[in-house]
Amino acid sequence: MYDIRVHVGEGTGLAEASAKNRPAGGHLAIGLILPVGAAVLYELAFRSGLVEARLMPPPSRIFQTLWKLAVNGELVTHIVATMYRVAAGFGLGSAAGILLGALTGSSATARQALDPTLQALRAIPSLAWVPLFILWLGIFETSKIALIAGGCFFPVYLGVMGAIENLDRKIVEVGRAFRLSRTALARRILLPAVLPDTIVALRSASGLGFMFVVAAELMGASEGLGYLLVDGQQLGKPDQILASILCFAILGKICDWLIVLVARPFLTWQDSFART
Amino acid sequence: MLTLEALCKTYPNGTEALQRVTLDLQAGEIVALVGGSGCGKTTLLRLVSGLEHPSMGTVGVDGEKISAPHPAVGIIFQEPRLLPWLSVAENIGFGLDHLPKGERAARVDEALLKVGLAGYGPRWPRELSGGQAQRVAIVRALVTRPKVLLMDEPFSALDALTRASLQDHLLALWEAHRPTLLLVTHDVEEAAALADRAVVMQPRPGRVFADIAVPLQRPRDRLSADFVEVKRVILAALDGSLSAPAADVKTQGAPSGWW
Repeated sequence: MYDIRVHVGEGTGLAEASAKNRPAGGHLAIGLILPVGAAVLYELAFRSGLVEARLMPPPSRIFQTLWKLAVNGELVTHIVATMYRVAAGFGLGSAAGILLGALTGSSATARQALDPTLQALRAIPSLAWVPLFILWLGIFETSKIALIAGGCFFPVYLGVMGAIENLDRKIVEVGRAFRLSRTALARRILLPAVLPDTIVALRSASGLGFMFVVAAELMGASEGLGYLLVDGQQLGKPDQILASILCFAILGKICDWLIVLVARPFLTWQDSFART
Repeated sequence: MLTLEALCKTYPNGTEALQRVTLDLQAGEIVALVGGSGCGKTTLLRLVSGLEHPSMGTVGVDGEKISAPHPAVGIIFQEPRLLPWLSVAENIGFGLDHLPKGERAARVDEALLKVGLAGYGPRWPRELSGGQAQRVAIVRALVTRPKVLLMDEPFSALDALTRASLQDHLLALWEAHRPTLLLVTHDVEEAAALADRAVVMQPRPGRVFADIAVPLQRPRDRLSADFVEVKRVILAALDGSLSAPAADVKTQGAPSGWW
């Protein structure tokens, strides 16, 4: 016969695994090691005479230039001009992208009617529009903002359309089983489901916004960080060029971080966001 | 109470998924739909839920025709299908939007307690195990107190132990309001453990092959001779359904009092 022994052991209390949350400051410090370390090394090399710094000024000189521009108020003027263009272009472009992406994503008819044209337009390098925009809209703000908006439009359009297309049919069915109206379905299922992809699209659009603002300002502007670049080139001031580039890096990073920050409360449910 | 009247479903590609299925369920009855793959049991459930429309025939709940998802009919899918962006408590309360906040919270807390997940309310679905998630899915459908509850192989993705424990959980939950339960399964043991009646379906096209009463008292002892015998009879019918020719041999309501 079978001999079955039953062991009734004492319940082993499973200790709740405590999530180790590194303070946010720790991540920041790690991220700063590389750029700050490189700057310090170059500065030391310059001070000890190892490098000739006519075309590649040391960090200290870049910061001096930056400080000078900040003190006489020019820097603020340039930053405000650039940020205004990026904000306006990004705002218009991504709003249009969300609208059209939602339309083509949710309606097959709209997709058949609009998507081929939009994809063809996407295939045109955005900079190819510049001469036409200048003819149509003049050389001032409008043509610049139009260029940036066009650049920001496509990643958002594609991202939103793709997110809606790839929506899990099974989750939508849950909404139907609970008899949600069309608007309730959009608000309670569609919106939260496409939000993560939309945020990613907006982040890449903000990056493109900065790319196109430089293009726009290189082609003719009397103020803006892009103007500082051209001015630095023409007057042989590499420190001014690098100061402007530094501003772009910081502003771009801040914008990206702002998008993440605003989106984070809505995305805590995602694994990836909970871990970072 | 739940009546399926000559239900037919032919898909646009010509597949005949269901052919004249007629079933009658009493209020509070638990009926298991058993059948091999492709016998149309899931299609049948989707027709009853109103998520799909029959090609012919009607589904009625207390005489009211079902043509779209109906408040009296709840459905639990094969996967938990919890909404990942809602907390466990918000998922359970998903169908309770019409209730005042206080009552909603009370019902959700009661539900969590009943399935042994008290304190899990603020967690995210991704933090749950498969069995826990399916328990949440079950109470999400039950808190709206449907008169009819449909289940589509709800435990098939779980291991045997979890499955048995969830089946007991389900019966305990069912006791509270005794909804009419139509359960699709391919697991003969599950049918024997839960159902008052096992309806065996036959594939290509899907139709009823046998309707077997399960005259066992609850709680059921899965090791008793009677239970094993019930399993044997259902299994035999299942075998028959798969090997029988496409003839219309309906042994409807056959062996009642077969032991």
